[in-house]
Amino acid sequence: MSRYLNHWYVYVLGGIAAVSLVRIVSDTDDITSAGTIRAAIIATCPILMAALGGLWAERAGVVNIGLEGQMILGTWGAAFFTYHYGPWVGVIGAALFGIIGGLLHAIATVTFGVDHIVSGVAINLIGAGAATFLAEAVFPDLEGGGPRQLIGLETPTQVTIPGISDAALDLAGKHWFFVSDVAAFVGALTTRVSTLSIVVFALVLVSAYVLWRTSFGLRLRSCGENPQAAETLGVNVYLYKYIAVIISGALAGIGGGFLALVSSSGFNTGQTGGRGYIGLAAMIFGNWRPGGLLMGALTFGYTDSLRLRNAEAVHALLLLLAVGLIAYAVYQVVRGQRRAAVGVTAVGAALLVWYVSTDSVPRDFTSMTPYVTTLFVLALGTQRLRMPAADGRPYQKGSAG
Amino acid sequence: MTRLRAVGLALLAPLIAVVVSVLVTTAVIAAAGSSPGDFWDAMFSNPLPRIRVNIVNQAAIIYISAVAAAIAFRMNLFNIGLEGQYTIASFAAASFAGAAYLSGFLNVAVAILIAALVGAAWSGIAGILKTTRGVSEVISTIMLNSIAITLVGYLLNRYGVHEGNTVHTTNLEKSSKLTGFTPYEARDGQIWALCLLAVLVGVGFWVLLSKTRFGFDLRASGQSETAALASGVNPKRMVVTAMLLSGGVAGLIWMPALFGAASSYGTSFQAGLGFTGLAVALLGRNRPIGMAFGAVLFAFLTAQSNTLTFSTDISPSIVQITQGIAVLAVVVAYEIVRRWRSRLEQRDVAKELAPVGPGTAGATA
Repeated sequence: MSRYLNHWYVYVLGGIAAVSLVRIVSDTDDITSAGTIRAAIIATCPILMAALGGLWAERAGVVNIGLEGQMILGTWGAAFFTYHYGPWVGVIGAALFGIIGGLLHAIATVTFGVDHIVSGVAINLIGAGAATFLAEAVFPDLEGGGPRQLIGLETPTQVTIPGISDAALDLAGKHWFFVSDVAAFVGALTTRVSTLSIVVFALVLVSAYVLWRTSFGLRLRSCGENPQAAETLGVNVYLYKYIAVIISGALAGIGGGFLALVSSSGFNTGQTGGRGYIGLAAMIFGNWRPGGLLMGALTFGYTDSLRLRNAEAVHALLLLLAVGLIAYAVYQVVRGQRRAAVGVTAVGAALLVWYVSTDSVPRDFTSMTPYVTTLFVLALGTQRLRMPAADGRPYQKGSAG
Repeated sequence: MTRLRAVGLALLAPLIAVVVSVLVTTAVIAAAGSSPGDFWDAMFSNPLPRIRVNIVNQAAIIYISAVAAAIAFRMNLFNIGLEGQYTIASFAAASFAGAAYLSGFLNVAVAILIAALVGAAWSGIAGILKTTRGVSEVISTIMLNSIAITLVGYLLNRYGVHEGNTVHTTNLEKSSKLTGFTPYEARDGQIWALCLLAVLVGVGFWVLLSKTRFGFDLRASGQSETAALASGVNPKRMVVTAMLLSGGVAGLIWMPALFGAASSYGTSFQAGLGFTGLAVALLGRNRPIGMAFGAVLFAFLTAQSNTLTFSTDISPSIVQITQGIAVLAVVVAYEIVRRWRSRLEQRDVAKELAPVGPGTAGATA
């Protein structure tokens, strides 16, 4: 039994089967339709970028609550540069504006040793203020612009793989058990995929490689674990922290740019809607690891997209969650954690009762999901979460030895 | 001399912050192609009576928010969740007061109590998660903010009074509306009666921190948890109490506006005060008087910026940048001053300890 539990594909196959079963039992094809998955990917990308930005900063020991502000700056930068120079320069513009926020954060926290949370809060205020002001000052004069928006921007190209796309979507339309769910997934990945989404997922891989497989990454992470030790080994701690926070700002900025260029058809004031914070939550959910934060961002992105699509699908999701929790409880019993299993079973049973006794879930409850999930994960799993050892602590050069 | 130097150093940081934020604001306006001169003219013109009233009202509610933040800060806790706490508390109080189970002042008093209790309960979740499960209050309060805002949105939609495109809680009865103080003509508006709450909260904060055993324990635990533990303070209980108090005060933030002007929770609700309060607490170093100056400054900037739309082409949101820069600049400046001061102190100590006479230099490391 335990031999199989170590293989991740067992979980994936089991997961798909469970989702498919729930889809058929609850008769809501929308929970795995190609449209939903496509929307989920689009909703995931900005969260993923924020989470990845958080990862870079925190791995170097700097807590970046300012992700939200850097994202907001990114939305403006993307809109402005896209209007003048096209979408790819727009993405660079988004990164540059995010970098401004990141640089401010680095100057305050690294050079001056200001508390990271305090600086982050200030950067969020500045980011929101700057984007609002710049939009009101610049956008009304542009075509398709107003004091609070700039619409009709050119979007990055979309890619469709002919043949596979049609075949997969065709198969997905049959609503067969398992096969159609996989086909819908393949279909979503091969039909009208934004090139920027591909860049976003590539950045996760690149970050994972750089942070864990290069000596540069090792040094950067050592600044987050034990800066004194790093300094005695000749690592320029300030430099690495600066690089990390600047990259963090750039990634958050690109996340903001994604919102303006792909998620919607232009810039709106207040467009980020707290996604910087959700990104932070996804990173914590993912235990400060790239794979984990990818899972976190996908979960949050999926719930976010369902909220916009179909109220019945959300209701079906309750059943899925209940089944998932009960399965997890069984897993806990197998591992001998009987007491923990009782709590999980109770929550699962409560969800099951909720599913049976109602016909729909209010949309507001869906948008709460990421936050409630994070609270639960933190409350139940803090013992297993491990953040970088020197995360959030001010470090002054020359304090080693 | 040393006392003079201490005062000078204490005032230096806010001064640097003001200069930096003025410079940055000027630069941003110039970069956006407008005239910084026009901007400062408009900002420093004598405020109209209507705006003066507005400044007092806004300063009062910002001050309450700042005190709420400061209670937690003094305990070394970051209550980022003020926003959610006062949102949910304002909604609860407005719903209760609107339902008119009681009448007159009793209704107002009980509604305020409910606001404080709901605010405290919401922040208490973060306090309990921190003490029992070790969850950082920064993250949990951020999550609780979003949960509170969506929850209130849902409840308002479901149970509120729908009017056209807007929705709000039941309006207050006439007997529960409080008449304020009208310093100018009636059209210039009233200073809300419950602005007194700000004074009470400020005095209460000062007495609590400086004059009570609890305040001493709170500050002690904030500065060194181990030292406080050694002197018999239960740090976990301090964390929960500080969070409850902070959330309780946060619950009061919007009460002056509710009973003075808004009379229901709906589109008239002023969001964002929680973050403004955090900023003002940082600006005022969590000191009752310092925060009062900060609150007036922020209220002045916000209220006075409304005149920009009449006299200049600059959008009022520029003051948000000014405020944000001021906060960042002040925390950086305090850090610089702190380092500088400790270097001066070290030099003084070295001078005191240095043995007199030649040939013994270098004995002080």
